[in-house]
Amino acid sequence: MKILVCISHVPDTTSKINFVNNDTEFDTNGVQYVINPNDEFGLTKAIVLKEQNGAHVTVVNVGGADAEATLRKALAIGADEAIRVNANPSDGLFVAKQLENVVKQGGYDVIIAGTESIDYNGGMVPGMLAGLLGYNFVNACIGLEIEGTTATTIREIDGGKETATAALPIIVAGKKGLVEEKDLRIPNMRGIMTARTKALNIIEPTSDANATASIKFEKPAAKSAVKLINADNIDELISLLHNEAKVI
Amino acid sequence: MSVLIYTESNDGKFKKVAFEIASYAKKVADMLGTTVTAVSINATENAALATYGVSKVLKVNNDKLTAFSAKAYADVIKQAAEKEGAKVVIVASTTDSLHIAPLVAVNLKAGFLSNVIEAPTSVAPFQVKRSAFSNKAFNISEITTEVKVLGISKNSFGLVENATSLTEEDFAPTLADADFGVQVTNSEKTTGKVTIADAEIVVSAGRGLKGPENWGMIEELATVLGAATACSKPVSDIGWRPHGEHVGQTGKPVAANLYIAVGISGAIQHIAGINSSKVKVVINTDAEAPFFKVADYGIVGDAFDVVPKLVEKLKAFKAANA
Repeated sequence: MKILVCISHVPDTTSKINFVNNDTEFDTNGVQYVINPNDEFGLTKAIVLKEQNGAHVTVVNVGGADAEATLRKALAIGADEAIRVNANPSDGLFVAKQLENVVKQGGYDVIIAGTESIDYNGGMVPGMLAGLLGYNFVNACIGLEIEGTTATTIREIDGGKETATAALPIIVAGKKGLVEEKDLRIPNMRGIMTARTKALNIIEPTSDANATASIKFEKPAAKSAVKLINADNIDELISLLHNEAKVI
Repeated sequence: MSVLIYTESNDGKFKKVAFEIASYAKKVADMLGTTVTAVSINATENAALATYGVSKVLKVNNDKLTAFSAKAYADVIKQAAEKEGAKVVIVASTTDSLHIAPLVAVNLKAGFLSNVIEAPTSVAPFQVKRSAFSNKAFNISEITTEVKVLGISKNSFGLVENATSLTEEDFAPTLADADFGVQVTNSEKTTGKVTIADAEIVVSAGRGLKGPENWGMIEELATVLGAATACSKPVSDIGWRPHGEHVGQTGKPVAANLYIAVGISGAIQHIAGINSSKVKVVINTDAEAPFFKVADYGIVGDAFDVVPKLVEKLKAFKAANA
């Protein structure tokens, strides 16, 4: 079985979000980058599937050379090989087309991505990739098992969960639940050492055009300070929620 | 060339977000000088769309579509868009609509933007404002393709009534076997409880409650307010509450009108998931808890003292305002 895990290289959750060049670009100064949390659950699931059933796990990122540290981390966690498509991931459809090209060349049975990245929160690349390839697709996936050529998936729905089966090849957009937080792996020294010798192949992008363009960024207006209410004066809270905030 | 919306329903009844995106689409249609067409799947009360500015509804009734199939639903929306010559297709931000939207975009060779929070800033060029970086910033983006797909954030535009005369039309799209490659075998839904996705008000609690046996007062507070219950990540990790209640960056997102956090200190990952809620109330014993920095109203106090009092006072308030 061949598994492809799509990895976004994103600012750590605790990063300061600022913009430069007249608010047209994200300020990367001093920002620590990590594997997108939703992708990390998927990567770990791929490693677990590999341990259970045997599989070859490839990780792929569409991004610049700075993303290679993140790919090396994925290799240290247990992926067998990495691919970097050498392009700026500036648009969801563009990224999906790059991944389509990778999938067509590699022929994968299971493709795992994160439901959304924590930077642009677009939540579209896995679905677009499924649309381009015509593969079966499960979004917001919180459970995945493979038996032979059949996948059993669990996805989150509003107010519950839904189990489904589908033939491979399949694309799942996963999140926490694919594995639990305690199952996430920290690279050990042996993993880090072997990661250095694993293949990290760089391929050039296709000539596909973007479908969207970022114009500029804005930061939310500064928030006014919290109104503190005395614990003995609950009536005041209720009055504020009713008359001022108008939410009850 | 109308604006097309997919109006999502549950057991035949439209969800509130269906009316919210209808309201939004009416605004876009006015900007473009056109009208709004809805496509509904196995919905029973289509006439309700007239209140929110929809001029025409394409009614799809097909037993094959009773269970959700992302590909099939995306195919329905694509065919509806082509029939109407729609240049703008608008969906909600529910789990199902976000599942479908990227497929629709590829089907229509369209650019797609999600998390859209306001009416377009302009329609030529087509630019919208969306939230990004887990609600820590906004991004003005342009869609450059001829057809555009938008996903609208819940509770961002609100309901706008716009009484319109509505034409109802049966619509029978062609469905292929390949549309049903993912077969639903089991669907578990909590019944009789307000879900986090639908809720106007969410009551959430964390480790400050000291143990799962103390959640009775949180449930009671939620019942009085007609709210959904939620919890912080540590609480779901140690099994005090079910995983489905975990809200935050790796849990469910919350975009409620009112979010009440009890005994949650406010880790940055938690805030990232709930920050698009309009009004935030924090109850915590620790005056230094980071959650107070993003809250609108706060009570520094013990949940075991404050919550029961709040329940009593709210019951009286509800009785007086019923």
